[in-house]
This record gives sequence, C-alpha cells and structure tokens, in this order.
Amino acid sequence: MAETFDALIVGAGHNGLVAASYLARAGKRVLVLEQQPQVGGAAVTEELFPGFRFSSVAEGTGRLVAHVAADLQLHKHGLKLLPIDALLTAALPAGGRLSFYSDTARTAAEIARHSKADAARWPDFCAAMQCLAAVVARLMMLIPPALPAPSGRDLLELLKLVAPARRLNRKQLGDLVRTLPMPVSDMLDEWFECDALKAALAVDGVHGVSLGPRQAGTAFVWLLALAAGQVPAFAAASQLQGGVGALTQALAKAATSMGAQLRLNAAVQQVVVKAGRAAGVVLASGEEISAQVVISNADPRTTFQRLLDPLEVDPVFLRSTGTIKYRGCSARMHLALSGVPRFAFDATARIRIAPSINYIEQASDAAKYGTWSQQPWLDVTLPTLADATLAPPGQHVLSIHAQYAPYHLRSQDWDTQRATLGSAILSTLAQFAPDVPQLVLHSQVLTPLDLERNYGLPEGSATHGEMTLDQALHMRPIPDCAQYRTPIKQLYLCGAGTHPGGGCTGINGHNAARQVLRDWG
Amino acid sequence: MPRPSPFYSRTAALCESHSWQEWSGFLSANMYELHHLREYYAIRTAAALIDISPLYKYLVHGRDALKLLNRVMTRDIARCAVGQVLYTPWCDEHGRIIDDGTVTQLAPGRYRVTAADPSLRWFEDNATGLQVQIDDISDSLAALALQGPLAGEILQQAAGPALAQLKYFRHASAAIAGMDVSITRTGYTGDLGYELFADPADAERLWDALMEAGQPRLLRAAGQLALDMVRIEAGLLLVAVDFISSKKTVFDVQKSTPYELGLGWTVMLEKGNFVGRAALAAERERGAAWATVGLDVQWDSLEQIYKRYGMPIHLPETAWGNAVPVYSDEVQIGRATSGTWSPLLKKYVVLARIQPQYAKPGTPVCMEATVEAQRHMTAARVTALPFYNPPHKRA
Repeated sequence: MAETFDALIVGAGHNGLVAASYLARAGKRVLVLEQQPQVGGAAVTEELFPGFRFSSVAEGTGRLVAHVAADLQLHKHGLKLLPIDALLTAALPAGGRLSFYSDTARTAAEIARHSKADAARWPDFCAAMQCLAAVVARLMMLIPPALPAPSGRDLLELLKLVAPARRLNRKQLGDLVRTLPMPVSDMLDEWFECDALKAALAVDGVHGVSLGPRQAGTAFVWLLALAAGQVPAFAAASQLQGGVGALTQALAKAATSMGAQLRLNAAVQQVVVKAGRAAGVVLASGEEISAQVVISNADPRTTFQRLLDPLEVDPVFLRSTGTIKYRGCSARMHLALSGVPRFAFDATARIRIAPSINYIEQASDAAKYGTWSQQPWLDVTLPTLADATLAPPGQHVLSIHAQYAPYHLRSQDWDTQRATLGSAILSTLAQFAPDVPQLVLHSQVLTPLDLERNYGLPEGSATHGEMTLDQALHMRPIPDCAQYRTPIKQLYLCGAGTHPGGGCTGINGHNAARQVLRDWG
Repeated sequence: MPRPSPFYSRTAALCESHSWQEWSGFLSANMYELHHLREYYAIRTAAALIDISPLYKYLVHGRDALKLLNRVMTRDIARCAVGQVLYTPWCDEHGRIIDDGTVTQLAPGRYRVTAADPSLRWFEDNATGLQVQIDDISDSLAALALQGPLAGEILQQAAGPALAQLKYFRHASAAIAGMDVSITRTGYTGDLGYELFADPADAERLWDALMEAGQPRLLRAAGQLALDMVRIEAGLLLVAVDFISSKKTVFDVQKSTPYELGLGWTVMLEKGNFVGRAALAAERERGAAWATVGLDVQWDSLEQIYKRYGMPIHLPETAWGNAVPVYSDEVQIGRATSGTWSPLLKKYVVLARIQPQYAKPGTPVCMEATVEAQRHMTAARVTALPFYNPPHKRA
C-alpha cells in the first residue's frame, strides 16, 4: 500500500521548502518532490569547476524575511552569516568609487565626496524610503484580495494594512501612491543631483526586468526590492556562508526536522486531476502519488501548460497564462580566478558597474531592439574574500549579473551569441579591474536560454514572470489565480510567480502555506 | 466591400433582382428573381443550388486532433467514424454556445470543421499543450449546397450512381466532370440534400456541371430568403437571430446553452472533460431555464384581429427574425425569435424560446402580433420541432 500524503510540493526551491515547513509544522504529512539531485531550484550553490563553488543563479542578497526566518530557526540548521563591511560599491570611471554602508552617516560622508547637497539629503531619503518600504513590506505579507470582488476574508486581510498605513501621514501616503508608477530615475531626480549616486541606486529598479530606469513603473520595482531586502545599499551587512545554496540546504533541514519528507531525482510529469480537483502527481518514472493538495513551486506557465492535462484546464484561463510576461533579460557569468583581481577599491562588497543613469538606459536600449548590451551594467560579487570555503586556497570565485541580455533576440540565437556576450561582459569588467582576464582559470556564461534549459526558468526569468506593476499584487501571476489558489481545486502555487514575486524572501511559500491551511478549515 | 465568392460569375449572371447581402465578407444573393417564392419551391419540390462558400472551414489534423475536437465540441467526436459527419455545437467554459457546425472525419485523424463564425483563435486557444495543426481552409474551398427532393438524382447524374449509397450525415469523395469534389449528405434545409466542397479554381465548372445535370429536374439557384424560410420549417436555429454567440455579447442574459436551444441531445457529459462540461452537468441537474419550441400560430385567431380593421390577414412575405414576446394568460413566458409563413405546410410557423413548463406540445400560448402599428395577441400552439421532416431527408 503506497503511502499517502496530505500535501505534495512540486519542486524544492526555497519557496517550496518554506511552504513544506509551515505545512509540516501544522501537522500535515508533506512530501517535497524535486527533479534535481539537490534541493534549491534557482537558489543553489554549485561546483561549476572542481573546487570552485558558485551561487549559480540566485544571489545571496536576499534574506528570508525576519518573520519567516525566525519561525524556521535556520541558524539551528547550519545557516551562518558572515559579517561584511561595505554593502555596495559603485565603481566609477578613473578609479572612482561610491560605497554604501549600514551606517547612514558613513554613507553620507562617502556621498559627500561627490555631492555635499546629496550627502545632506541622504538621511532624509533613507528615512522616507524606509517608511514607504515598511508599508510595502506589510503588503508583501498579505494574501492579495480577489479583485474586483473581494471576499469578506480578503477585506479582513486588508485591515492588516491599516496600522502600518496609519503611520504614514497624508503626504507620505500620497507619495507612495504617486511613486509606484514612476520611473525610478524620476523618483531619484527628486532627491539627488549626483548621477553616480542615482545610477548606483537605480539599478535595483531595473534588476531582472526588461525596462530601463526611465521607464514607468520602475520605482515600484525599486520599492518592492527595498521592502524585500534586495536593494544592496539597504540590505543586511552579512553574506551567507557557502553561498545561496546554504540557505536552501538549511531550509531543507528545517523542513525535514518539522516532519516533511523530501525526495530528490523525482521529476513530476503531471499533476493528476480528478473531477476538477488535484488528486496527486505522476512522476516521470510512472509512479503515482496521491495527496489531498498539490502545491506547485514551478512557475505558472509550467504549472498550467506542462504539468496539467490541457483538457482539465479552462481554455480562456489557459490562454491567459500564455500572456504572462517572463522576458528574462539578464545573464550570469561565473569566473574561477587564480587570485584577487585588482580593483581600485576594496572588493568585499558587491561591486556595481553602472556609472550613470544614461549608461543603464543605453544598456536597456539593446533589449528594446532585441539585441544584447555591448556595455551591460554589471553586479559583481567576489564572495571568496569573506568566505574561503567556496574555492581552493588562494583562489577565488567571481559571479556577475549582467543586463541586458534578452531571451528573445531579434536576429540571433543564444547558442551562437553566448561566447561573444561573455567577452563583452569580461571587457566591461576589465575596465575596472584590468587584470581579471589574466586571472581567469575557468569561466561559464549562463544566457537566459541556459537559465531556461538548466534551471527550468521560462525565458530565463529568475522571478517566474517579470516583476512589473501590472504583474504584481492581486494581479500576480494573473488576476484569476492571485491568491495562491488556481482554477483547479486543491492545486496551489507557491513559487516566485505568485505575490510578492522573486527574491529569496520565502514570503510566497509562507503565504501559500497560510492559504492552504486556511482552506483546510 | 464584400468580396465575390468563387461562384460569383455564375450567381451574378442569374441575379436579376440585384438583391445581395453581406455574408461573412462575401456577396450573397438574397434572391435571384424579383420574388423568392420559386426558389423556395425549388428547394421543397425539386432541387436548388445554394452558394455556401462564405462558411468558415477548418482542417484539424495531427496527433491530438481528436483530443482537441473532443475538448471543444459537446458531442463525442470519437464516435465520428472515417467518412462520417457529426453536427455539433461548441460552448464556452460556462456552457454557453459559441457556434455550431459539422465535423467530418475525412481520413483517419483528419477532420474538417465548418463554422458560421471565425473560430481559428478559439480552436487554437484550446490547442495549447496539444500536438495538433489547425488550418483555416475557408478560402481554399468553394462550397455549394445542392438541396431538395431531387438533389440525389441530380447528384447521381453528375457524379455517378455510387452516390446513391451516400447515407445521411456521411461523406464521400467523388469526381464531377473530372473535378475532385468532397461531398457530405448534409444541409440547412431539412430536406434531402448535399454539400459539396471543391477547389475554388473549379468552382465555375462545377456550378455549370451541376446546373446542366439538374436542368431536366428544374434545378435552380436559390438565395438567402428562400433558405431562411426552409430552415425555420426544418426547426434549424440561426446564429445571431435565434441565439447569440457567447463570443458576441458580454451580457450573460443574451447567451444560451445547448439545453436551452433544444440541443441537449448533442451534449455528451459522459465522454470525459470538455469545455463547459461542469456548467452543463450542473444545468442538466437543475434543468434548463428555457426550452426551444415551435409555435403554430392559429389562423382563426389572427383572422379575428385583422377583421377588426376590416382587413384580410397580411403576413410578411419573408421570414422575420426580430424577437417578439410570447405570453400565457397575459404573463410573458418567453420570446419568439423567428418565423415565416410556410407555403408548403400552409401554416404560420415560429421558433420560440419559452419557459420549460409551457413546452409541452399542444400548450396554448399567445404571441404578440402588430397590426396597423397596434399590438395584439394572437393564439398559437406549442409544437415539437421540426415542423417539416420529410422521410426523404434521411432515406
């Protein structure tokens, strides 16, 4: 007699593991099914070259939100945070730099080297943004209402917003509503004069989206990133030991310690639907596992178009899942280095190569026309400076997030463009650390196509759908299934394609588990 | 501007009335002579040739062709053998009719679908995740309907005696004057009849060959006005007149389900999941809100009304399709959606959608009738459909 489960979770990404933990904690029998030989999904540390371990897709900027991290007690499951000094260093031409620290005054002093006026405004900016981010952070923890016809429970859920919103005065509330649809460059122009400062911040408004900083809605992307702890200039002053994979390893231990079971190398072929309700899954091996509830950590398109028999899904709904914008537009490049590259500054912090708003905007032009940026903006991390466990002694790993590299190229294909993109990234980096090319022992470029093929991220979108205002909140992934539920009863979503989107916050998994338990009655 | 159909050179030459209408972007003759009555009688007593090229036609093929069709259509297409034709409606996810048409399995796994409205997008939406190819062949097939009690003899004359074996709702390939023609024994007249599909390049020669073969049996071209009368006699509904496609209105009240339109027999709830199944299963459970019936308007009652004006009965010469209220004891119970004087049956026949408790044949009801711009109620009796169902239709 095969074992039966209360809940099956398709995919052991961080959100799948968070959902598994909460459900197991609530006493449900949970089985997590992962097709890869390791847990983590896109949040993995991989030995891409012998002895060199990389955070291959997701980076370690994000932390689970405090509330989830506290619930799951990850420090008890081996998660170690290494302190770092600077949070972010913007590399500027001619050896210049602009570093950001947790200490507002210290950052202001650094900004003062570029603009006294901006330095003076910095503390106010921090206070104002933290104030808005606090409301957005509460918004992220909500199960979005089903608009335009919210249920009574939706309205109760919205009441949770009242308290944080009341901490804002009318002007601040007005600012929040006004800011969301703005271009991030306009938002920053209202505060600062220094282009280098604005560029260093603006990157987080276009990170992972195919928009440029002068496009509408990027201020929302920025605020959401801020609330999720993903804007490096405002992030925690620590680095995950062992890369981002350490987070999902700890999550897996937390989940199993709470009683969830985990099966690796178990690819789910199809979600079984009986009379409109999810009843279990069929694995690629043909094995059938039944359960009362199935929760998909896969992205919405994969979930609805690949894991379900199309006969079971309403055609209008199925069509609407085809209109979700994924539009992956960034590449990853990983370098194994024989030594520390010589930057003109301390390289322990994340290094950002995006010296001006125009630089970012021009890089985005390429994506607009279906080509990749010859001069991309880069986010560079050298985690081995703080964490020697990732490379052989004396050697280093360096990872680059490069944008824009759109999944859909107009007249080329990624299999022929991969190498030339790698050269362009490397030569961009070499403008700030000229010895990098000589230090490279091994290198790997992950184009959006590679991210799709190797990590199951459609169109290379690490966030399971572009994080734009029209695909956020009660519209994520689409209005018809924005409450973690789907039109198939007992089938839920818990991945980054749901509210509040990408980033290793764990909120999606947390909220999905909350919804599942609420529906359980 | 409407475009000419592949038969235009022939239909235009015959169209003395110069009365045309637009049908799916094509010019379509209303009537060829100054009155349509001879065309009506041709359909009912001899044979008529009707240009139906404006129909939308699709070829569905590939591994999952059957799966797609069974997902979209309410009938069980698995029961459509090679060489067979099925009439079927298709519904949206709420079980409301989008359109109806025929499905013909031309060869194993190759299906031709006819539709009144463009349907490619709906079929393709439903094909997500399936391995199936849907070709819009509307413009690459000219189509003619050969209808009437003598249609079989004319077709055998033109295409050979083997066509005598072609049964009702079956398909055959044949040659007419050396041209390949795909023939189904189907139609929109409720009479013996065939629909012929051919290469548009052959259209004019095909028309000529049929006209020549039909000449001794008084074959004539018929237009839309005659067709509209016979389809009401046959109890066949017309989209946008008797019901509205659920894709053409945003108001639920204007949409209809197969059960409401008397097409419950086409809904195969047992065949597995299909679009609208859940809603239709629920509707069958609770019963449909409407029933589609025939009304036989009582001549005496109508005569009484006209008498008050000192007039004899004056009926519209063509079929009408603007809805009027239907009453029982002065309470409205539904609507009449189209009607016509039937010269053959000598009856005023009407299609109506009424509350199901009044649907029993023989139930007396009233229909609004306007005489000299004044409203009246004329008596009518509920009748089962069709009004006219000759044995030679299926024989």
